[in-house]
Formats: sequence, structure tokens, C-alpha cells
Amino acid sequence: MRRFAPLAVTLGLLASPAPSSDLASDPADWPALLAEAEGQTVYWNAWGGAAATNDFIRWAANEVGDRYGVTVEHVKLADTADAVSRVLAEKTAGKDTGGAIDLIWINGPNFAAMKEAGLLYGPWAWDLPNWRYVDTEGKPAVTADFTVPTEGFEAPWAMAQVVFYHDTARLAEPPKTMPALLDWARAHPGRFTYPQPPDFLGTTFLKQALYELAPAPSVLQKPTDEADYAAVTAPLWAFLDELTPHLWRQGRAYPQSGPQQLQLMADGEIDLAISFSPGEASTAISNGQLPDTVRTFVLEGGTIGNASFVAIPYNASARAGAMVLANFLLSPEAQAQAQDPDILGYGTVLAMDKLAPGDRARFEALDLGIATLSPAELGPALPEPHPSWATRLEADWIARYGVAP
Amino acid sequence: MRPLRAAPALTLVLMLGPVLAGLAGTLGPALGVLPALGGHALSLEPARALAAWPGLPRAIGLSVGTGLAATLIALGTVTLFAAGWSGTRAMALLERLLAPLLAVPHVAAALGLAFLIAPSGWILRALSPWATGWQRPPDLLILQDPMGLAMIAGLAAKEIPFLVLMTLAALPQAAPARRLTIARALGYGRTTGWLKAVFPAVYAQIRLPVYAVLAYSMSAVDVAIVLGPSTPPPLSVQVVRWMSDPDLSLRFQAAAGAVLQLGLVLAALGLWRLGELAAARLGRRWAEGGARRLAEPVLRAAGLGLAALAAAAVILGLAGLALWSVAGFWGFPDALPDGIGLRSWARHGPALIVPARETLLLAGLATALALALTLACLEAEHRFGLAPGSRSLWLLYLPLLVPQVAFLPGLQTLALSLGAGTGRGTVVLAHLVFVLPYVFLALSAPWRAWDPRHATVAAALGAGPGRIFRNVRLPMLLAPVLTATAVGFAVSVGQYLPTLLPGGGRIRTLTTEAVALAAGGDRRIIGVTVLVQTVLVAAPFALALAAPRLIYRHRRGMRGAG
Repeated sequence: MRRFAPLAVTLGLLASPAPSSDLASDPADWPALLAEAEGQTVYWNAWGGAAATNDFIRWAANEVGDRYGVTVEHVKLADTADAVSRVLAEKTAGKDTGGAIDLIWINGPNFAAMKEAGLLYGPWAWDLPNWRYVDTEGKPAVTADFTVPTEGFEAPWAMAQVVFYHDTARLAEPPKTMPALLDWARAHPGRFTYPQPPDFLGTTFLKQALYELAPAPSVLQKPTDEADYAAVTAPLWAFLDELTPHLWRQGRAYPQSGPQQLQLMADGEIDLAISFSPGEASTAISNGQLPDTVRTFVLEGGTIGNASFVAIPYNASARAGAMVLANFLLSPEAQAQAQDPDILGYGTVLAMDKLAPGDRARFEALDLGIATLSPAELGPALPEPHPSWATRLEADWIARYGVAP
Repeated sequence: MRPLRAAPALTLVLMLGPVLAGLAGTLGPALGVLPALGGHALSLEPARALAAWPGLPRAIGLSVGTGLAATLIALGTVTLFAAGWSGTRAMALLERLLAPLLAVPHVAAALGLAFLIAPSGWILRALSPWATGWQRPPDLLILQDPMGLAMIAGLAAKEIPFLVLMTLAALPQAAPARRLTIARALGYGRTTGWLKAVFPAVYAQIRLPVYAVLAYSMSAVDVAIVLGPSTPPPLSVQVVRWMSDPDLSLRFQAAAGAVLQLGLVLAALGLWRLGELAAARLGRRWAEGGARRLAEPVLRAAGLGLAALAAAAVILGLAGLALWSVAGFWGFPDALPDGIGLRSWARHGPALIVPARETLLLAGLATALALALTLACLEAEHRFGLAPGSRSLWLLYLPLLVPQVAFLPGLQTLALSLGAGTGRGTVVLAHLVFVLPYVFLALSAPWRAWDPRHATVAAALGAGPGRIFRNVRLPMLLAPVLTATAVGFAVSVGQYLPTLLPGGGRIRTLTTEAVALAAGGDRRIIGVTVLVQTVLVAAPFALALAAPRLIYRHRRGMRGAG
């Protein structure tokens, strides 16, 4: 995430108006689009770092191939930035058609940068047939990606939300607000920590704490230079100054990532951990990575949620095929498959009350796992702050705690 | 014949070329010059940005402190052990352990040690709760401690086998038996006599390896990522973080940090040299002082204890990870996991096929190249009567003395700005820089010790130089050639930075996977990965031992030749 500030600047310099959508690929005329898509090959550039996601992508690719005659190739990325750079390089070289990428798994700052620089095709997402099932009221994150309105330039396909997990065998009643967390840490020193920023999850903890502690959280939706950054973040730093000496290893060391934090939980070194995946604890229990006494909870007042999207580059070769795939990912069948904790455990972007009873039954039949909260228990998702907050919070955290003597 | 004559020069170019080119490629951006990223004029901005990083003083202190401490401990242990135990059964046992200990990749050893000594690690699991009373792991800062103590222990444990090997190679030339006999006749104790009479001659020969250990310990990245502190990390780790950051403007700052790292290593080597001189003066006075016995039993016990501790740490650490790779749920304070099964292997094993193949390919290419060059050099030396000077030994060690972070980023940047991109070729070249010295060091002594009268006899029977090489010399020296191959292979498999940076992060080997997984912390996957990596390294060693016996099973005279 933080990695994107410089690229955004570069893209900003190259910004130009988005290309007009004068091609035949029109999702409003779906039968014609299906005919156009048949026989196309879609190069889907998606992060390839986890076996579960790769398996799901392979499943979706097979289904789309069988049903619509669209071949899907998964280009496994280590970093979404690579795909963005590729499109940018193509634009710089004047390759405005026949690009190498047809669909990108994207969100947040990557999307903002590409949209601003006119590197995306669209709008198209809101014309997809399955868009009618999307929970646009209950999940604002499906139409505004890190505060940037999507305007139909990307289609959502999965939801993530901040949760915490705790071992009930060691901690029966977890603290559900940041001040309560501080009190609990004081009483139980060394039993809590969070991944070291600029790790993504560590930064998410800072943003989550800021949401609760900032005097008026709505200001987080604006860039930091439109807010009084020092005043907004002062309560956060006061909170961390209090909390740090009571952290695991007195804050002199931190886990380096979410999975390392999970291992600390398994080792019994900490009693409480943060996650961005509501199904992570259940999956870890079924893998034998966590004891089956672990449960998930959310904070009072809500936790940060965001959505994963797919977007089509402005010069994609197989737009129609890409839209067929994006539409399939929004289908109740694919969404239920993705929510199955044995497969992926991602939250759905669909609204249950918009589904036909048969489709709703697919979701009701899912066993979410003993440590996963139901959508109702998960509560409302808070929108991601503007990307500039993450950048400044990370820099300040490193200066304050990351190089401590 | 001509290409053979050119072999030494070609070897030098292939070995030193990347180092010098890399240094140039680092120095440029450090001074603000990197046209590809818009740096066109000399500037001190990168240095200023580096100085402005608040973690710099501590990062420097960590690099210097951990490097010097690890080297001192490793050298001290090896010296005490050799002094007290050379020629004994304990020494023979360690010699047999040497190959497997050397074969364990640095990351594997570090990860194993991490699980051993962590507050929730194996040692405390074995002792809890019956001995400690702990139902939960204590909140002790053992790993990632700000002083870098865990990292010092890990580095020392892994460098001790290397220095033992070097000492064993140096010993015969120091004629220890004669010196020791005289010392003992004069009434000196075993350890005291060895330290006074043998050590100076041995140290003179292992000086370069010691320097290499110092340079490596100061700038190791993989071990530091696993065991070292992170608030802030040692300088080398931070340089790599900046270097791998997609924010390309940080490359300038990274280059400045790499140059600083080089300066630190040079300064530390200078400091070590001064220490050598001071120790020599004090030592001479001590040797001439005539003290016959200096706490003999204590020193002997310390030597054996430390050496055994280092070997045990590496072996037990690996055993712990092996257990994790088949473990079901394994919580603190259980000494053993709840259940045992092959689930993790089935789940994560297949994903290792691609990186394992890449590892094999890189190691195969780099080792084959290194072996060909080494054989060509040695054969050229033999045929043209080239006498290797002591200076060529320095050249051989240069890539091991220059910190990797000082020239590998430059190599990457250079390859990028030449449009060469980052591919397997660049990585093989980078591996060769480190594989070649070890292959050469492993092979040169037995090769040179070969009795040239065999060649004379063969020539008298009508064989030309080529046939002598193929049909007489190579078969007779099969065992050392295979050992050198195994050493080269092991060196290549263990390379982290020379894979990561020239490969632009796109070439994934078992070592890069293991380091990445270390950040993930799932010990089951780590266990599986590290075991595959270790097996890959140990297999050639086993082959080197077994092959000559199999191939020459009908030729008794050829077995154990060389």
C-alpha cells in the first residue's frame, strides 16, 4: 500500500483523459457481449501468493471456460504494482490496443493511481447482469475504494474486514474498545502485539485505532493535507505511548507479519491478535495452526472493511471476455464458493435479500467454521481512510517506535 | 592450448568483474548518478537522506558489534578446541560431523536455532512446566533482541565449522606434532603449548578465512532477518529493504547505505589487523614469559563445550524443524506435538517443486562453470609452470571480503540500466562469484599435491597432456573433485542476496522461499522448505563420499586416492 505514493506521483504526471468507450464490448447488450467473448483468452493478473486463492482462480477459470468458451490464464503476480507498471509502460510506448493484461485484481491506491492516469477501461461494472445482487447499501466499500469512487471502473468480488481473534482458554472476555484494550494490556503485560508497520496489517491496526481515537473520524476520508494531521493523530500517539511498554517484549520487538503473529498466538505468547480476514481463525484451526478454543470478535463502533476488485486496463485485448469473467465472479455460485472457509473464506459482496431463495440457500448451507462471525455479528464496515493517512502514519510510527533504543 | 593459457585471466574477469562492476554500480547512485531514475548530476543528497534516517546510529552499531563479536567467538572456540583436542577422538568425531554441519544452509541453521531458543521454543518446552513452572512462555526478549545476541550466536555457530575446516587444512603445514612435542618436552601443558607454539603458525594461514568470516558476519542479511533485531535492523538488512522497495527513489539511499557498509567492513578489517598486531605483541611476551600451564582443564573444557554447543545447536535446530514439518497442533508447553502426519508435506511439498528446480538449475550451472574454470586454471598452472603467488589468494578472497550488499545492488542497477533486465544469467554470474572461490579453495590443495611423476610415467607410455588429464589425473583425483563440486553446490544453494537482487525478486529458490517464509512464521511450511533445502545440499556430499567407492569398487588402489 505505502509503496504506491511514488507511482501515484509518476502516474499523475502522465495523466490524461480516460479513453472513450466506443467499442462494441457493451455489457448492456449482454447476449452480444457473450458472443463477442467466445473464443477469447483473458490474461488475469492476480496476486499468486497463496495456494487457496490460486485454487479458487483455477476453479473460476475452468467454469468460465466450460460455460462461455472463454479461456482464462492466471498471471501470478508477486505485487500488483508489477501489473500497473506494465500498463504504464505500454501506454508510454504508445501501445494503446492489444495490451498484455485483460483483467487485474486490484484495490485501493493501485486503483486510484490507474483511474487518475486514465489507464482503465470503463465504466462497465454497473452494467453487468449480476451487479443487481451487489449490496451497494450495506457495503459502501463496493462503490468507493479507499475513498475513491469506483464509478463502475472496477467490479468488486470479495470483502475483507478487520477482526480480532483471541484464545478463550486464556482470555474469556476480550476488550472491545481501544481504551479497554489499553486497560487490559496494563493488567496483562506482554500478552498483546501487532505486526510491525509498515507491514500492511500493522498499519491497519494504526488506522483502526485512529478511527476510534480521532476526535472526528470523518476527516479520515479526506487527504491528510486537508486536515489538521497533528491534532487528529495526537490521541493515537498518546494511546500508543501508553500501550507500548505493555506490549509483547515491551515493544522492543514486533512480529514481522500477520502469519508470524498467528504463530505467536499458537505458541501461547500472545492472547489477542488482529486480522483482516474474518475467516482466518477458522481456517487456521482446521489446519492445526491454532487451538480450537480460538474465537473471533469485532470492536464496538465497527471495524475497517474493504473490497477486492477486478479492473480492465484501457488497452486490454479481451474486454468482452474479461467482463464475462468479472460477471461470473459476482454470481451467487462463485461468491458462495469463495465464502466457503475450506476454499477461500472471503466475505461476499452480495446482499442476501436480493438473492433468489435457491441462491440464498447456498450461503445458508455454508459452515463458516467455529471461529467465524456471521455477517450480522461482524457489524458495519468502516470505510478505509484516504491512502495519504497510511503513508504518514507509517513514517511517524517508524520514527517514534520503529528505531527505538 | 591457447584457451587453457587464458583460463586464469578469464576466471579472474568472471570473478572480479561482477564485483568491480557492482561496486561501480553502487557508487554511482550513492553519489546521485543513476540516469535511468533521473539522477544526472553528482549530489550528496543520498548520503544526506541516509544520515536523516533515525535508525542509522544503532544500525551501524549492530553491524559492527555483531560482526566483531561473532568472529571473536568463532575464532576463540575453534582455537581453544584445536588447542585442547587436536589428535583426539573428540576431534575425529567433529571432523566427521563437519560436512553435514557445513552443508546446513545459513537460513536453515538460523531458523532452527530460532525455534530452539525462543521463549516458546523447544528448550523451554522440554523444561516446562516441570522445571520452570511456566504454563505460558515467559515474556523474554531472546530473539530479535536489540543487542543482537541471538544473531551473534547464530552467526558464530555457523562459522565455527567453517573455521574448523580451514584450521584442519592449515594444520599439516604448521607441523603441529613436532612443535607440540618440543613444547611438551619443555614442560608446557597441552593447551598452553599448542597456543604458544602452534597457533601463530596456524593463524598466519587462516587469516584470510577469518577476514571473510568477519566481513560476512557484519553484512549477513538472511541470518539477521531471522534472528536479528528489527527496531531498527542491522544496516545490511535496511539496505536490502530500501533496495527492494518499489519506491525506486529509495535506490539512491540504499546505494549510499551500501557504500557505508563497505566502509564499515574495511574499518573493521583494519581494526582487526590492529588487534592482530597488539595480540602478537602481547602473545610474544606471554610466550616468552615461560608460563607452563594456564588453567589447562578449564580451557580444554571450554573448547570442547563451545564446539559441542555450536554443533548441537545446528543439529537440534534442524531436528526441531523436521519435527514441525510433520507436526499436528503443537502448543506450549508440550515437548512433542499432539500428532504426527504427512499433511504439511502433502499440502506444501508440491509448491516447492518449482523453486527446487530453480535451485538445482542455478547451483548446477554455477558449479559446473566454477569447476570448469578451476580445473582449467589448475591445469594451466601445472602445464605452464605458473606459480601461484600469495597475491592470487587475496584476489580469490576478494569477493568474500567485499560485503554482498555493497556490490550486488550495483550489479542489479547496472543490469537494469544496460537493459539486460534481471534474469537467470545475471543470477548465475552472481552465484559464480561466490561459488568459484570455494571450489578453488577446496580443490587446489589436493590437485597441487598430486605427484607429477604419474604424468611423467603416462607421458613415457605415449599419452599426450589431454589424455593424461582425462585418463590419469582426473580419475585419480575424483574424490576431491566431487567434494569440491558438493561444496560449490552447497554454496550456491545457500545464496540469498545473490539470488534476490540480481534476479529482481523474480527468481525464487528454496533459500529465498525460506527467508520469505521466516517472515511468515508458519513453522510447518518452514520445516518442509528447510528440510528439502538441506537434503538438496547434503545429497551431493553423500554422493561425493559414495561415488568413488562405487566407481572404483574393482580397483582397490583407486579407492581413497587423493
